[in-house]
Amino acid sequence: MWVGVLVAAFLAMLPIGLQIWTSEYYIYLACKVIIWSLFAMSFNLALGYGGMMSFGHAAFYGLGAYTCSLLLVKAAWPMPVVFILAPIVAAFGGLVIGYFSVRIMGMFYFAVLTLSFSQLIYIMVFKWRSFTMGDDGIQGIPVPAFISTLDSYLNFYYFALVVALICIFLLWKVTRSPFGLVLRSGRENPDRTAFIGVDLRRYRLAALTISAFFSGIAGALIVLLETSVSPDVLKWSVSGEVILMGLLGGMRVFLGPIVGAVIMVLLNSFLTSYTEYWAFFIGGILIFSVLFFPQGIAGIVYESWQKLFMRSPS
Amino acid sequence: MEIDASIILAQAVSGLCRAMILFLLASGLTLVFGVMRVVNFAHGSFYMIGAYLAYSLTQYFGSSPERFWIALLVAPCLVSLLGGIVEYGLMRRIYERDHLLQILLTYALIFVLGDLAKMIWGVDLRIVEAPAVLSGLLSVGGHSFPAYYFFIIGMGTAVAAAMWIMLSYTKFGKLMRASSEHREMVAMLGYNVRTIFTVVFMMATWLGGLAGVVIAPTVRLSLGMDMEIIIECFLVVIIGGLGSVWGALLAALITGEFYSMGILVLEKYAMAFLFVLAGAVILLLPSGLLGRRVR
Repeated sequence: MWVGVLVAAFLAMLPIGLQIWTSEYYIYLACKVIIWSLFAMSFNLALGYGGMMSFGHAAFYGLGAYTCSLLLVKAAWPMPVVFILAPIVAAFGGLVIGYFSVRIMGMFYFAVLTLSFSQLIYIMVFKWRSFTMGDDGIQGIPVPAFISTLDSYLNFYYFALVVALICIFLLWKVTRSPFGLVLRSGRENPDRTAFIGVDLRRYRLAALTISAFFSGIAGALIVLLETSVSPDVLKWSVSGEVILMGLLGGMRVFLGPIVGAVIMVLLNSFLTSYTEYWAFFIGGILIFSVLFFPQGIAGIVYESWQKLFMRSPS
Repeated sequence: MEIDASIILAQAVSGLCRAMILFLLASGLTLVFGVMRVVNFAHGSFYMIGAYLAYSLTQYFGSSPERFWIALLVAPCLVSLLGGIVEYGLMRRIYERDHLLQILLTYALIFVLGDLAKMIWGVDLRIVEAPAVLSGLLSVGGHSFPAYYFFIIGMGTAVAAAMWIMLSYTKFGKLMRASSEHREMVAMLGYNVRTIFTVVFMMATWLGGLAGVVIAPTVRLSLGMDMEIIIECFLVVIIGGLGSVWGALLAALITGEFYSMGILVLEKYAMAFLFVLAGAVILLLPSGLLGRRVR
């Protein structure tokens, strides 16, 4: 309980501290950390809880981002409506892609199909110039005044924080529900779960749809932060970044992906000012963590905490 | 665009070329999966490196009229060597571990190899010249086609024939098929399965490199070509059935022709047709046209 209050106080005070001791840029980075944390956690519902290796989460993130920007720019709909519609479109994307991808059991088909479908969406957005502006992207997306980032990122920070906390709370509820338990048993032993009469495909499809929904919210948030969008949000490497956050942070620990998101966003802002070979680092860190610590940083911390304080490891 | 018989014929031939390139790649992908039970996500990266090596080699031997043939011989071997290093140094460490980590490892290689290519060759578009013998037009039955097309089709056919002979008649081919059926039994009979894995992976990357060299004179080389081709390869192996070489050949032919004809109908979105095809296969024949039954 006390930990919760302390964390909440820290998160509330953080941007004010950043504003006093550093520059606005760090509040912007904090906003990015929040958005990527939400994205990585919703991704981890598929990977860590469902055991589904999705290489296509950029599709859901990008669908959320493009729905948000196209509705704001072309239809000029009010922001709250748009903000609800963006994740619904992303969830629909998850439903369609998932429908094909969960049909064949086995990790390989799922990975191959999610990657392929997300590339299809990327190519479509890239080529459908009359509707999406193609690779020019869309600039100057109108953002309502109360979260405008023109003067300061402060308001947006609190908005994103509240949205992300609500979403993470909902994700936590999902993982603790009977639904989440079935999903995890399907991850640990698909055959046994099938034997007791569970139609695992439907559970996985539902999990992917929920995951796509929250990824769509992250996508809408990034558009409101950047006030622009380009097909880069749909690129396959975005899926790779979110995978790395999940893996590096620890996919078996609920809050693990946040650790990964913090590290990756900070590393990205630090490294991209020195080198143009960001992908090399993503790949390198990915290989390193696959070979040496697949349980992730939070996983290591959790394990050693258990060793220290638990008499009988369960 | 006015569509008449000659355009359809031209598209059919270019579709056949595309099919051959896809077969060279998809056969490697499917061989590795059949024997090692790993999908090599970085297969497209080996193909891209093969194409760029062809560029470097033709530049290096720029004065020699045989420069393309040198590249055709050397580049796939260099790619195969790289494949061997990757298999020996990285993949070997995790065969006993979770499938998830194996996929992630090959996926991570797309990033690493892609950026390595960027470091070595930069972001400019590169062009590889076809050898003089193959650069003209060849007329067949009143229609003229680029002579290079026939070279591509010839290469594809030759590789398919060589693969058939190897898989059916050589000892190593039989061992490969045996270890895709029952890995432990092959090991118990006294064969070193790990060596088989290394050789199969090197063969697959050799094929990937070869596909890269063969396609190089027909396209402008760019850094995105790894992802472009791997998606099409995935669709091919899904349609043909993951693990089946002849399924890959059949699916490559279907996919290549389907794409070329799709260009006539909806030029920009021809790729979408392939997804419709793959989606239909998944719904109707989940294990692919010639694949083994999977759940």
